[in-house]
Amino acid sequence: MTIFIPGQQGDSVQELTVEELRNKIGTGMEIESEDNMLLSMGPQHPSTHGVLRLLVELDGERVVNLAPDIGFLHTGIEKNMEAKTYTKALVMTDRMDYLSPMSNNLGYILAIEKLLGIEAPPRAQAIRTILVELARIGSHLVWLGTHALDLAAMTVFLYCFREREYILDIFEMVSGQRMMVSYFRPGGVWRDVPAEFEPQMRKFLKFMPSRIADYEGLLKKNPIFMKRTKEVGYISGEDAISWGLTGPSLRGSGVDWDIRKVYPYLLYDQLDFDVPVYNEGDVYARYLCRMDEMRESLRIIQQVMDNMPDGPVNSDDRKVVPPPRAELGRSMEAVIHHFKLWTEGFKAPEGFVKVSIESPRGEFMTYLRGDGGPKPARVHFRTPSYVNLAALPTMSKDLYVADLVSIIGSIDIVLGEIDR
Amino acid sequence: MNAESAGQLAWITLVVGGIITFAVITGFAYTTLLERKVLARLQHRVGPNRAGYVPIPRRGKKERRLLGGFMQPAADAVKLFMKEDITPIYVDNVVYNLAPMLTVMPVILTLAVIPWASSVTLFGIDYPYLAIAPGLNVALLFVLAITSIEVYGVVLAGWSSNSKYAVLGGIRSTAQMISYELALGLTLLVPVMIAGSLNLNDIIVSQQETAWFTILQLPASIVFFVAALAEMQRAPFDLLEAEQELSSGYNVEYAGMRFAMFFMAEYMKMIVFSALWVVLFLGGYDIPFINEAAIVSSADSTVVTILIAAGQVLSIILKIVFSLFLMIWIRASWPRLRYDQLMDLGWKTLLPISLLNVIVTGVMIVLAEEGVFNSLISAFGG
Repeated sequence: MTIFIPGQQGDSVQELTVEELRNKIGTGMEIESEDNMLLSMGPQHPSTHGVLRLLVELDGERVVNLAPDIGFLHTGIEKNMEAKTYTKALVMTDRMDYLSPMSNNLGYILAIEKLLGIEAPPRAQAIRTILVELARIGSHLVWLGTHALDLAAMTVFLYCFREREYILDIFEMVSGQRMMVSYFRPGGVWRDVPAEFEPQMRKFLKFMPSRIADYEGLLKKNPIFMKRTKEVGYISGEDAISWGLTGPSLRGSGVDWDIRKVYPYLLYDQLDFDVPVYNEGDVYARYLCRMDEMRESLRIIQQVMDNMPDGPVNSDDRKVVPPPRAELGRSMEAVIHHFKLWTEGFKAPEGFVKVSIESPRGEFMTYLRGDGGPKPARVHFRTPSYVNLAALPTMSKDLYVADLVSIIGSIDIVLGEIDR
Repeated sequence: MNAESAGQLAWITLVVGGIITFAVITGFAYTTLLERKVLARLQHRVGPNRAGYVPIPRRGKKERRLLGGFMQPAADAVKLFMKEDITPIYVDNVVYNLAPMLTVMPVILTLAVIPWASSVTLFGIDYPYLAIAPGLNVALLFVLAITSIEVYGVVLAGWSSNSKYAVLGGIRSTAQMISYELALGLTLLVPVMIAGSLNLNDIIVSQQETAWFTILQLPASIVFFVAALAEMQRAPFDLLEAEQELSSGYNVEYAGMRFAMFFMAEYMKMIVFSALWVVLFLGGYDIPFINEAAIVSSADSTVVTILIAAGQVLSIILKIVFSLFLMIWIRASWPRLRYDQLMDLGWKTLLPISLLNVIVTGVMIVLAEEGVFNSLISAFGG
């Protein structure tokens, strides 16, 4: 096979053999047959959900071989965080999984709190639980919209974004930012939620179930949607575990594993919610899983809203949490704390912690090592998208190009999180 | 047709053809606007509303803007004209330039046989019915022959672009069109069998006498609509330009006016196949619940004749718009089929249905000729 690429002089044409092309691309993928077509999907492609590049070996329309090529969005977040204080590094976590920044914040903040040995007061825990679940719904809405759009059901996309807009408005109300919220802080949250928060949330809880029913009405029983998703992208429970899949992608293969249940954090051990599990292991099962998860998230939010504790939203540990503004005029100690926190930041003890949370995409683990100074010695994130993407070649073997698109949609990757 | 001279006839046909073609091309432009507006409304959006509006001043308030966006097609056309016309250097130049024309020409040619109104007298010439080529008695065969050419345009575009996505799109289109042309051809047979003619006007007249064929032949009507969607590569069968898979497919290497011609072909095809569906199954220019021929013959005045003709043109246009709306609605709500599932649908579902339908219809017609169903058919009125 040869490929024509434009030469330097304009109209000259350079001819490359597969061997040379493979060297140029350098993904190390073994090509099975010289007669097959090598297709480079991405990094600019409408449905690779970001700057993901897939080198696909095609026999007609059939995918023979596949190698994901990542790194186009690498921003060095983990290394950058070592150069910032614990609090300042928080803003970097927003930029990883930009569809659910709340979850990233939470994973990182919980790690800091564990390292420092402090705990946020109950009200902060409740607010965190609500917002994280809200972020899960928002993230699933984007997944549903783009997944449906990949299958060319474009109306669902716009309906989903309508509801996501509402969620982003709530984020803006509590944190001042729609996407890059950085709302959770070590020892609590930035500030208490405003008074309008509760009525807005009640309204959301009221209309959202019917909206989810609307999406399902467009997709769940649609014969074409079922044809496109059932028995496509199958992965067995054992395979899913050995590939390290987490989140809905794992639960769609019949493995009941949810960090919120297994290693509860925040208020999850006090809440009554189910973990939807489907056994089929195909794209449709993952779809059902996420749709049910949205309903469960609504249930969780409802329960927390009904038992919202009063009290402070920040820990009273002045070494970590900045003193309230009002104290600065009265207390010399408060001024000193404020000054120290703003110039140097708080110091964390030596040692390392690992904290896992259930992000909308799966297990989001933070590894944090302190060296006694105000800056983390090492931060590492185990991001679910990165691990889940690795199973893509297994899922899409011997399927069609069109299926490839629906499988990428179903494992719900975010490239910002993969490349970090 | 008693023409004064052959030259005059040719001249008048040219004028009528020019008017109709111009009208349909304008219609194409507004079909794009219709699609964008309807899609927007179905999707909780506003749609294009900036280019061109009718300002209605209101005292003390901001002016009211009516018909927002009605100049959008013009703006689109100007944009496409002004765009840099990029030809990638690795394309096959002759075929690359030929392909868009080959796509758009057959569609325009198909317009020649669509009847827009019943018999009219224009410039002293009696037209049996208003169409560009009213004399063509094998109109349906003509349609089938011409629409088959169109696939070459797409395939050649995919092939000559020398791009992988385009080739995949081209290959998809070949397979798709072949498998749907069969079902399409077989369903076309049904109206022909009932009307006993390949002439489109005779088919409409036959529907006026009995009932719209969509009532008599609902399966055929539905199969035709589905096969037509596949034939013109509309959602949910828009595989060859699947943006999500092939990032636009066969036309990915085209820019500017050449791209616009593919775009034009797509929307003109929507109009043409809508018109065919309307003519074959929705009574064409027939105005429902009105016996036009009786009115014309009883009134016996030129004004009434022209009014009826205008009404008929309006009737067929409204029916076409209804059909276009259906297509847009389907696009808004249905996901896309996969390549192999599309083949399955074409060969395993639509083809047997239409084949069976042809056989059943044939038996029924023979029985009816024997007088068995005479009373039944006349019960449909007409």
